[in-house]
Amino acid sequence: MPLLEITDMVVGYGRIEALHGISLTVEAGELVTLIGANGAGKTTTMRAVSGIRPLTRGTIKFDGQDITKMKAHLRVLEGIVQAPEGRGVFPGMTVQENLDMGCYTRKFATKAEYQATLDHVFELFPRLAERRSQVGGTMSGGEQQMVAIGRALMARPKLLLLDEPSMGLAPMIIQQIFRIVSEINAEGTTILLVEQNAQQALSRSHRAYILETGEVIKTGGGKELLADPSVKEAYLGVA
Amino acid sequence: MTGPWAASVFALADSDINFNISALGHSFWQLTIDGLAYGAIYALVAVGYTLVYGVLRLINFAHSEVFMLGMFGQYAALMILGFSPSGNAYAEGAVMTIVFLGIAMIVGMAVSGGVAVGLERVAYRPLRKRNAPSLVFLITAIGASFVLQEFVHFILPKLTGGKLGGVNAQQPIRLVESKQQFTIFGGSVTNITLIIVISALILAFAADVFINRTKFGRGIRAVAQDPTTATLMGVSREKVIMLTFLIGGVLAGAAALLYTLRIPNGIIYSGGFILGIKAFCAAVLGGIGNLRGALLGGLLLGVLENYGQIVFGSGWRDVVSFVVLILVLMVRPTGILGETLGRARA
Repeated sequence: MPLLEITDMVVGYGRIEALHGISLTVEAGELVTLIGANGAGKTTTMRAVSGIRPLTRGTIKFDGQDITKMKAHLRVLEGIVQAPEGRGVFPGMTVQENLDMGCYTRKFATKAEYQATLDHVFELFPRLAERRSQVGGTMSGGEQQMVAIGRALMARPKLLLLDEPSMGLAPMIIQQIFRIVSEINAEGTTILLVEQNAQQALSRSHRAYILETGEVIKTGGGKELLADPSVKEAYLGVA
Repeated sequence: MTGPWAASVFALADSDINFNISALGHSFWQLTIDGLAYGAIYALVAVGYTLVYGVLRLINFAHSEVFMLGMFGQYAALMILGFSPSGNAYAEGAVMTIVFLGIAMIVGMAVSGGVAVGLERVAYRPLRKRNAPSLVFLITAIGASFVLQEFVHFILPKLTGGKLGGVNAQQPIRLVESKQQFTIFGGSVTNITLIIVISALILAFAADVFINRTKFGRGIRAVAQDPTTATLMGVSREKVIMLTFLIGGVLAGAAALLYTLRIPNGIIYSGGFILGIKAFCAAVLGGIGNLRGALLGGLLLGVLENYGQIVFGSGWRDVVSFVVLILVLMVRPTGILGETLGRARA
């Protein structure tokens, strides 16, 4: 049974349909990537999985449970946690407060558990430990992305949704972020990743889906798609 | 109550404008002390405007009626406790007076808090469900304000056999006799001033700690700063909105009791209107959406308008407030502490 199972999902904004019935699955432990051009429907898919965009048709199942109609904030309790597009760092909160927002609803049973998770986040992102009391709005893009991912980890997600973590970042930082994404996955967290940086994302993914104007046009293993001539041409800038 | 305070309750005076700067010099400390007491009341009411604005980007114009109903709430509580306008209420001794004040304040807070939350449920939540444009919210707020006023004007007297509400102000129940306690640079500090300032400070401090130091406060700030991400963190926006109205209402209810100590004959269906607008000005003055801005704006407005009315004449008191507001906004459009909860560190 897949951890996440989307069947025939249609999502629209007003009268404009953004997703025309897509289906995809994510197995427990996998790192799955959605790639596609701007406007292909990647972010819409992520918003629908998190519940901040309603479905017009189709179903979403998580861990065997139908969550199609479940409210967004309750999905967090089930273990679906997203680091959104544009990072969504709370600009007026410190790094520490931002991280604590991660466990706002998914509470820790003990203080020691909280401390262990926090230590782990600081281990992945030592930069955040140094900047605990800095206000989010004054941080660089890369640091904000670290906050966004670290905050999501504080919720101990069963399924981590990462929406374009590399957006607007310098190549060095992108490398670092991708390395950490792989590391988080290797530790056992299932990840659904949305990326424009197809080269990096595909080479690190177990599987990937290629979205084009609201439809899945191709799916396969990450390395397999990386070698696919049509994918190369369209997304990797290689003729 | 006579003197400067009465001026704002009634219409703008027909007096000519004066310019008497020496009077300001003469009674500077007295004016400052009284202004702070009045400003403390503005500050408490302003918190309700600012928090709701921070979370919903809505000016809740019915907040003045939340305050007004708090005045009726505490008055009703005192009546039930056996006080009557004709009775000699302040023969009870200090301890009992504090107990009765406490009960009246708690009832006022409960009534205002309940009205604020109820208002949110009945008036605003259905609009949110339908994704109404913000103008509709604003008009609804103004409509709700009228509905609540007219409820007290026409319906409340029928429900209470004429004991509460109606066209006239309630006969004052004088629980505390105004008595000078000490002086600061010649300015007299009465027991009423002390009660107002100390209670307001405690409540403002509590509100600040709640918003900045507790988990629920963090949830409120999260929704104010980025509602979508707050939802992604598992914050229930609906619960936060309810909590925000509750806090604003409770503080307005406390302010209602303090206000009636100062203006015993201010308990009337229209009695929240001017005060509400002033508190709203205070919130904008300090930087709307910003809790500390509302507190600072309230105190500042209370003091400045008190100076202004001495310099220009008591009838100009309200004018002074609005002119101060306009001048500050010309220089700093985001208010004194600037930026909303959206960006500032609350």
